[in-house]
Amino acid sequence: MTDDEIRKIRKKNNVILGVILVAFVVLVFSITVAKMMGGATMEAYDHVRRPQLEEIK
Amino acid sequence: MTETTMKTTSDQTDFGNYVSLLKPRVMSLVVFTAAVGLVVAPGSMNLVLAFASVLFIALGAGASGSLNMWWDADIDRIMKRTQDRPVPSGKVSANNAMLVGLWMSVISIGMLGLASNWLAAALLAFTIFFYAVIYSMWLKRSTPQNIVIGGAAGAFPPMVGWVAASGSISIEAVGMFMLIFMWTPPHFWALALFMNEDYSKAGIPMLTVTHGKRSTRNHILIYTILLTPFSIGLAFTAIGGPIYFFLSIVLSLMFLIGARKVFLRSEDGAIEDNYLEERKLFKLSLFYLFLLFAALLAEASLKSFDLNLMAWPQVF
Repeated sequence: MTDDEIRKIRKKNNVILGVILVAFVVLVFSITVAKMMGGATMEAYDHVRRPQLEEIK
Repeated sequence: MTETTMKTTSDQTDFGNYVSLLKPRVMSLVVFTAAVGLVVAPGSMNLVLAFASVLFIALGAGASGSLNMWWDADIDRIMKRTQDRPVPSGKVSANNAMLVGLWMSVISIGMLGLASNWLAAALLAFTIFFYAVIYSMWLKRSTPQNIVIGGAAGAFPPMVGWVAASGSISIEAVGMFMLIFMWTPPHFWALALFMNEDYSKAGIPMLTVTHGKRSTRNHILIYTILLTPFSIGLAFTAIGGPIYFFLSIVLSLMFLIGARKVFLRSEDGAIEDNYLEERKLFKLSLFYLFLLFAALLAEASLKSFDLNLMAWPQVF
């Protein structure tokens, strides 16, 4: 295999990998939007007590 | 400089070889059965989440395929059917196959958990573990019952799909599991009958190698008979119906007739026509499973349009 051929294969692989990564980002974003629209909890405890997250007994 | 060039040469491989590590043909069956499991399950699921769930179940299956290719490279090199796989043919190193398998397992399990629920993710993790460790590393090389128990790995996807959509395991999910589980032995043994030389050369204790072809023919008939009640029984669960019932009767009869033909044949007769009946049975088994799951899908779409028979008996 010549250096030129290697470079061609590598470029093709990089483009495919790039497309997959972008698709993954889009998918994760879409999952987030879908879950939030479905009413998933958007808040959580963050070091401090948050009364609005506590169940009312 | 020369050394660096040589190193990059041996490391450089086409992306397609990494795709074939994931066993795309097996994946397509997984996509189909998992999607059916997800669609026929009760409750509705957001389209994006459903798509992501099926995608990650399929990637999980691909991951286990990659781990299997890493582990089995030594025997894949010997068998004609598997010689061209990326690891034995030297296109991808065994170590890379293992890394792809492990990372894809982590990603697919984690993402399925986030997209659907953690019970589905746990089931997918167990499926990958079952196929890669219990089947590939242990059963395959140690017992002629390898594919009987190993069949469970292929039977899990519709159940994972079901759990992803509904959040729990129920009788219908178990029914779909049992359908694939019982279908696997006659399907693989039909293949083993005409691929026997491969398995025997590689030293895999397939039934054809350890107990001979006569015994395998008997086993095919017995397991096909045992499969039939599971196949037809699914018609009388919440996901069954008249279309599925009719198809399961016709296909079961065809499968039984095919298995009987294979059972009645002598080895000489089979060699004479180059295992024609065995090849036919193998092909039929593929159609059998595909059409039965397609029928489940048809039942689900009819029900979604409220076109169900109210009087259809639901026994299970």
